[in-house]
Amino acid sequence: MRTSTRGSRRLVALAAAAALTTGLLAGCAEDSDDGSPNEGGGNGGGGKTTLTVGTFGTFGYKQAGLYDEYMKLHPDISIKENVTTRTDVYWPKVLTRLQAGSGADDIQAIEIMNVTEAVQTQADKFVDLGKEVDKSQWLGWKNAQATTKDGKLIGLGTDVGPMAICYRKDLFEKAGLETDRTKLAAQWKGDWGKYVDLGKEYMKKAPSGTKFVDSASSVYNAALGGAAERYYKDDGTVDWDKSQGVKDAWDVAMDVATSDMSAKLKQFDKPWDQGYANGTFATVACPAWMIGYILEKSGDSGKGKWDVAAAPTAANWGGSFIGVPTSGKHQKEAIALAKWLTAPEQQAKVFAKQASFPSTPSAYPTLKPAAATTEYFSNAPITQIFSDSAKTIPSQYFGIKDQAINTALTDIGILQVEQKGKTPDQGWDAASKEIKDVLGQ
Amino acid sequence: MSSSKQALAHAASADAAPGDQPGAAGRAHGRGTPPEPGPDSWRSRLYRWDMKASPYAFIAPFFIVFGAFSLVPLLYTAWYSLHNVQLSNLDGQTWTGLDNYQNLLSSDFFWNALWNTFTIGVISTVPQLLMAIGLAHLLNYKLRGSTVWRVVMLTPYATSVAAATLVFVLLYSWDGGMINWLLEFVGIDPVNWRESDWGSQFAVSSIVIWRWTGYNALIYLAAMQAIPADLYESAAIDGASRWQQFLHVTIPQLRPTILFTVVVSTIGATQLFGEPLLFGGVSGSKGGSEHQYQTLGLYMYDQGWIIGNLGKASAIAWSMFLILLIVAVIQLLVSRRLRKSQ
Repeated sequence: MRTSTRGSRRLVALAAAAALTTGLLAGCAEDSDDGSPNEGGGNGGGGKTTLTVGTFGTFGYKQAGLYDEYMKLHPDISIKENVTTRTDVYWPKVLTRLQAGSGADDIQAIEIMNVTEAVQTQADKFVDLGKEVDKSQWLGWKNAQATTKDGKLIGLGTDVGPMAICYRKDLFEKAGLETDRTKLAAQWKGDWGKYVDLGKEYMKKAPSGTKFVDSASSVYNAALGGAAERYYKDDGTVDWDKSQGVKDAWDVAMDVATSDMSAKLKQFDKPWDQGYANGTFATVACPAWMIGYILEKSGDSGKGKWDVAAAPTAANWGGSFIGVPTSGKHQKEAIALAKWLTAPEQQAKVFAKQASFPSTPSAYPTLKPAAATTEYFSNAPITQIFSDSAKTIPSQYFGIKDQAINTALTDIGILQVEQKGKTPDQGWDAASKEIKDVLGQ
Repeated sequence: MSSSKQALAHAASADAAPGDQPGAAGRAHGRGTPPEPGPDSWRSRLYRWDMKASPYAFIAPFFIVFGAFSLVPLLYTAWYSLHNVQLSNLDGQTWTGLDNYQNLLSSDFFWNALWNTFTIGVISTVPQLLMAIGLAHLLNYKLRGSTVWRVVMLTPYATSVAAATLVFVLLYSWDGGMINWLLEFVGIDPVNWRESDWGSQFAVSSIVIWRWTGYNALIYLAAMQAIPADLYESAAIDGASRWQQFLHVTIPQLRPTILFTVVVSTIGATQLFGEPLLFGGVSGSKGGSEHQYQTLGLYMYDQGWIIGNLGKASAIAWSMFLILLIVAVIQLLVSRRLRKSQ
């Protein structure tokens, strides 16, 4: 045993070294997703100006080759994109950097759920872009969401999320339902309740292992996206528990959650992705950006089986803005880039790549989805369907805590009913308790 | 390293000095009366200064880093916790005194998170340490390729939380996950691991156990190998079986190490964050639709970064700190009691 003392010391040293290195590595790894924003502040080599663009999720600028194109047009500019996958990680980081007055990227993306918070609390941290662009290019409601009370425009609209329904033609056929997209749209036109009724029909003869819809929350979000009022009144006072829009959307979602037609998945979760791949649900509320998501996750197995029909009501779900923080060192160049990225021609290019729908109506007649996309979705006229929806979307007011309230209703309230067998009343009470906590009441 | 060599060299020359200079004066010089001016005294002053200051210089980096990244934030968090601070308005804080703490004490969510932290802590720590001792005991036997086994044990620890948790999410997936598939094989109904109360806590704990058992086993192994062999020999002569040796020699000798791992695991359990957050997937900071696995760490993150109430989040952070202090005091008392009883 004498020799083993040395061995044990070595072991301790090994353990200590391992502890230290993993600690250090973890420290590095944490920051790697956002890169080092300060790098972009200075001039890169060769007298080039480096602009950084902070985004979340998949904006598609890089994928559509827009950065490369811009750098070719402007040889003195180089662009670096800092992507954070999740918005709930991205936005707090942006808020702290904006207020610290340093560390923000030259262009910073803002999600629709956060835009009111930006307008009401960070307006002085963003350049007023209203003077830089022709505002009439954008959908009116899109501009309104990013405009302060005194008329300052803090962000330029990127995409919008006009609603449709994506459905699996093959599963519908097996369940003995109508498969023609115009006839289906006519069946549920005007009322999400009719869509749920069709779901009940589907479940009677559902192919084994499949459900009608991915989750009750997706139906909720889709229905709420077409309501006149969300969680706040237009004057900014919170009104979530009396809002007719919330009530209607909740009732539809409860109908879904309690009638065994949902695959009970949580959106943007790994199992949800697997659900796409395995074809375990027949329909999904389909804002334009979902097209790209289905393409990626459903893959070859879904090719030619998916189809797109108009949604029961015109609705919007998601969409973003890009703003230029005043802390940036290259504001002039950043403004030029932001203008270029959101111009109708560029938005059309992003649409061609991943079907993110433009917020500039003048682009609509020119839109052409990639041939592969059209083929994948059974030659559905997706441009037509989304344009029609986009033009009739009601103007919605988003409140300052819109996102937190929405999460409480979908991921607490609806989830409890859908997955834990609670009654709709219990779900509503749990959500109210959560929202009271969120609002500090 | 270099300065200790220098010190040795100086010491050697100082020892030699009295021998070179015969007489009382020389001896007195050696006892520390001020040395004569010259290159020698300059060197010895440097040497004394070196002896006094170097230790501080060596430990300074830690304390500077600790001050900048731990102490200052700690105090700043305390200051924040007495204010109403919103993430979207960091400069517009208003003094609220102990409101945030009062708010916590009356909040169901806080007590729920505290209780979850405790139960998940117990479910994950107890089996983990028991298994670690068992594994260490096995590894302590003469084994072929013992280094390989030891390295294998440390692998889960070297895996990132994110990677490990993602794999576990798929394993525990309700629909088509491997664990439910196995359960079905045995004839048990599939469990909704993420949304059930105990199932979710068990699942989160299993990730912790998987990651930390090997690490603790190695610590135990190191301590076991430091136990003198003659103890076992004399026990064997007294006719103790292997199991009795383990119970009456190994375990008592490991006592300080066990205490150490218990403390470290308790701190880890109190701060548990990454595993439940990632296990929850989207809006994971809620810890399930009924907050069934929302730990204090998640609750703090949810309040501060998702809801944006940094003042309250700071109060949660300080509550966690106070809880750890209490745990530390209990540990101190227990270890004193143990030492006395020995």
